[in-house]
Amino acid sequence: MRLQAAGVKLGYGDRLIVDGLDLGIEAGTVTTIIGPNGCGKSTLLRALGRLLKPQGGEVLLDGKRIDRIPTREVAKILGMLPQAPTAPEGLTVADLVARGRHPHQTWYRQWSSDDEGAVAAALDMTGLADLAERPLDELSGGQRQRAWISMALAQGTDLLLLDEPTTFLDLAHQVEVLELVRHLHEEAGRTVVMVLHDLNLAARYADRLVAMRAGRVIASGTPHEVLTEDLLREVFELDAKIIADPVAGTPLVVPIRPLSHPAP
Amino acid sequence: MTILPLRVGGLAWQVRPRGVVLTLTGVVLLALLMALNMRIGDLPMTLADVVTGTFDAASPAHFVIMELRLPRALTGALVGAALALSGAIIQSIARNPLASPEILGVTTGASVTVVAGVVASGSAYGGVSGLLSSLGIPALALLGGLLGAAVVYGLAWRRGLDGYRLVLVGIGVAAVFTNVKFWLLTVGDVNDTSRAMVWISGSLNGRGWEHVTPTALALVVLVPLTLLGTRSLDALRFGDDTVTALGVRMNPARALMILAAVLLAAVATASAGPIAFVALASPQIALRLTRSGRPPLLCSAVVGGVLTTAADLIARTVFSPIELPVGIVTAVLGAPYLIHLIWRSRK
Repeated sequence: MRLQAAGVKLGYGDRLIVDGLDLGIEAGTVTTIIGPNGCGKSTLLRALGRLLKPQGGEVLLDGKRIDRIPTREVAKILGMLPQAPTAPEGLTVADLVARGRHPHQTWYRQWSSDDEGAVAAALDMTGLADLAERPLDELSGGQRQRAWISMALAQGTDLLLLDEPTTFLDLAHQVEVLELVRHLHEEAGRTVVMVLHDLNLAARYADRLVAMRAGRVIASGTPHEVLTEDLLREVFELDAKIIADPVAGTPLVVPIRPLSHPAP
Repeated sequence: MTILPLRVGGLAWQVRPRGVVLTLTGVVLLALLMALNMRIGDLPMTLADVVTGTFDAASPAHFVIMELRLPRALTGALVGAALALSGAIIQSIARNPLASPEILGVTTGASVTVVAGVVASGSAYGGVSGLLSSLGIPALALLGGLLGAAVVYGLAWRRGLDGYRLVLVGIGVAAVFTNVKFWLLTVGDVNDTSRAMVWISGSLNGRGWEHVTPTALALVVLVPLTLLGTRSLDALRFGDDTVTALGVRMNPARALMILAAVLLAAVATASAGPIAFVALASPQIALRLTRSGRPPLLCSAVVGGVLTTAADLIARTVFSPIELPVGIVTAVLGAPYLIHLIWRSRK
């Protein structure tokens, strides 16, 4: 088990969003957390990436409590792409990706050939090498998202947490980003945990799905096990039909109507 | 911008040739401006007199140079550098080009305590009590500066520090301090308040080694520390989640850098009074000159020294033989620059 949440209680201030949740992430898998808005999936991901301190329970990274490991050491094992990240104005793609080397650098070793190699490799992998000197604000949404993923890649971790990496992207760019995730997983056996909204893409690109509702895990397993018509009713309050994706064979959700609006 | 890798054994740095050239040019310019400044005084000198007077102990000008003119010139350069470095740090952390030590409550806090001290003690700080005038006011200013910063920091802290909130709280606190200062000036004795006015405009008049030493010490300790924190400063410009994801202990890193900025500004203000706009403008000038993404620390410090020394030269020559406080000149030069910055950011 690479990453584990044991009885975590999560919230902001007095508002508890997740009250006692258990979840284990196996090494070498792509796990996608799904669930309706406000169910606590991003909150859970932030806690797994030690961006949010649990108010109870614990998060374990490779069996050790993540809050007991120096944050810099965590950053060498676990890379995280937060939701809608912001960068300083005018920053170039190369500058952004180079920042990913931060946990590996010290004041006397600020830009080693390792750093240079890791940044070049990350830019290559995301196909951004030609855009390296371009300011981030001049890129398209898809390119910008790939630049952020490159930064997490340059960090050189084999565990990646991605919070809604496809938000604000059109369908072609969503598929582009997810193909990259699949590539990262297949090429280097990276463990990936991400939050996605699109159930059909989640089913196609994940080994395991975790369905959440109101701060609790309702179901987890392979896409075939999790994405059922009953589960969609329970978790999303949606009447839907599940058919096989004609391309990938994974479950495909065809929505009929929300439960709150019965047939006329 | 060109960046060259510099690698020797296990050491690896990045060198920005443009930044290095500009910084070195700035140092030369600063030395020249200081020398020009040191010509001025009761006994006018030529540049040659200044140079021989500085380096030749047998020269007749040596005593005047070493006891009066060099310490004054050094105070100007060091105070300018400290203020600019402080500004560069604060602007990076607040992610805002309009942030400066004034925003952190340092300069306004110092003004309040100094004016309060002068008004409360009456003529104690006059010409009679030399020791108190040289030690009392800087000590009061240092105390006020640190207190002012503590108030702003305390009010802005809410489960972490947000740059935007810091700036807003800072502006509010500065307004309160400024009004308290004006109230004190209206209730105080006219002779006391006019003396206080010179100080709160920022003046280098009559500055000696006792003003050079603390500022130099602060720079010797804090410059290496802030340079060690440069990488954290680069990371701190990102959103909070990204900062943590990169393995930076965000709140301690931010607090340490702010503490360094506060100390630099407080020591500088204690030596020469709140010299306006140096901390605000120098980092932005250095940023544009070096074309880097963030105010460069060392280059900002050199620009600050040049700016303050140049302003002092203008303050002493334009209405000669009357000397203006240097802060008036930096304010007159800085205000249009501030408007220019706001104008540009509107677009």
